[in-house]
Amino acid sequence: MLELITFSTLNGVLYGMLLFMMASGLTLIFSMMGVLNFAHASFYMIGAYFGFEISRRIGFWPGFFVAPVLVGVIGGLIERYGLRQVHRFGHVAELLFTFGLAFVIEELVNMIWGKLPVDYRVPPSLDFVAFRLFDTTYPAYRIFMLATAVAMFVFLLVILKRTRVGLIIQAALTHPNMVAMLGHNVPQVFMMVFGVGAGLAGLAGVIAGPALVTQPSMAALLGPILFVVIVVGGLGSLGGAFVASLLIGLVQTFAVAINVSLADAIGPSAASLFGELGRAPLAQIAPVLPYLLLVLVLIFRPRGLFGTRET
Amino acid sequence: MTALLEVENLHAYYGKSHILDGVTFHIGMGEIVSLLGRNGVGRSTTIKAIMGDVPPVGSVRFRSREIVGLKPHQIARLGLGYVPENRDIFPSLTVRQNLMLGQKWAKQTGRWSMQDMFNIFPRLEERADTMAGVLSGGEQQMLTMCRTLMGDPDLIMIDEPTEGLAPMMVELVGKLLGEIAERGISILLVEQKLTIALKISHRLYVMGHGRIVFEGTVPEFNADARVRQDWLEV
Repeated sequence: MLELITFSTLNGVLYGMLLFMMASGLTLIFSMMGVLNFAHASFYMIGAYFGFEISRRIGFWPGFFVAPVLVGVIGGLIERYGLRQVHRFGHVAELLFTFGLAFVIEELVNMIWGKLPVDYRVPPSLDFVAFRLFDTTYPAYRIFMLATAVAMFVFLLVILKRTRVGLIIQAALTHPNMVAMLGHNVPQVFMMVFGVGAGLAGLAGVIAGPALVTQPSMAALLGPILFVVIVVGGLGSLGGAFVASLLIGLVQTFAVAINVSLADAIGPSAASLFGELGRAPLAQIAPVLPYLLLVLVLIFRPRGLFGTRET
Repeated sequence: MTALLEVENLHAYYGKSHILDGVTFHIGMGEIVSLLGRNGVGRSTTIKAIMGDVPPVGSVRFRSREIVGLKPHQIARLGLGYVPENRDIFPSLTVRQNLMLGQKWAKQTGRWSMQDMFNIFPRLEERADTMAGVLSGGEQQMLTMCRTLMGDPDLIMIDEPTEGLAPMMVELVGKLLGEIAERGISILLVEQKLTIALKISHRLYVMGHGRIVFEGTVPEFNADARVRQDWLEV
């Protein structure tokens, strides 16, 4: 049991930190520009494919550093020459733009790399056992993923809280017009945040690619969970996104690991009220849990855990 | 007197409603000018159109340079400062951080240092590391004015600085305006209730229905009872 708790916590935190690497950018972009970027998970996918492509030509480490930058640049260009042009037609147009973009990216990935998963592997330098606990081994690559995510989090925090650009971003989250009238180039800040957000998602893709599966559907699989994270955390709240990321990471990991059903918990007769669902083990229900959480939050706390405005 | 700001036949729209209907006025170097008028006649919109926050139609020249079509941050960098009426402070940043964001770049130096601000308003120094969102209304008003001054504007446009303030605060605001003028900065003051406009202005404009309906000095304004009656009194 202790073994299960230890490893599930580790994996849950890891998954949560990965989610946060994407959710942080998504929620910042939302609060600054009022746009829910449907293509955000696509940047994660591009990151994984770029990482794969670079790693098989030059090596994993060049990909680790170069791929996120490339994705960031692509994100910045998309904001500058796509989203900003659409902006004057209002938020619905912007939403549709990002929605379409997600499909375009998926199709492009399909065309270039095919529909089947590509062989993006953990680099040999990280392919060893980090530690052994209660007879279970934990791969070093997972520790590396966790370390990367934590480093990213610290980096983001320092930029936001300790630098002048960070102050401008924080102010522009709530008062973009006023910030501009003080002489700060807000559109440029937007482009930067969009680019960095895309780059962070790309980085998440680069490190998650070898651990999970790098395939054209990876964006569509992850996108909805991201929306759950930022809605549960409160749209526009970085702290909220962080807590919600960990929460959903842990909930999903534990749900998969713990093999109890509703029938075990409340007794077969009470559980029979729920029909088939009552006998299903928790692991089977796991995928639905984030969405259940989403619905509950929307009903009982529409502004999310830490949000300041209604979603 | 050389004109610092020349506004000529300025129009502005919110959606389909025509808010500014050909506003024309000018402000000289070092001059204190007030823009008066009832609520909703377009005084705030005039300032926002000059700053590029509301799309302007017409001509606005600053130091003889046409600024219609420039972006708000470009206009601000030319030396125009705006103090909004709704006290748009950044609530989750500290007082000090708010003042820092008034500076247009990290090491901007100008006529005003942060210590100048603290000397004029010691209250801001006491609360320098407090979140600006918890300041009182009067303190927020001081902060908004000081924040704009940190950007060292040559012309500062201030929207209703005394609205809803206690008499003591009004006096402080008046004192700051005097200090601003002393350093050679032009002021465009927007007021409805004539709290300080008549005391400090060199010239006055009165707005009605989106255009200028009176222009003159304070004595000329005082001599013209009709203007007050028709365009200011409620």
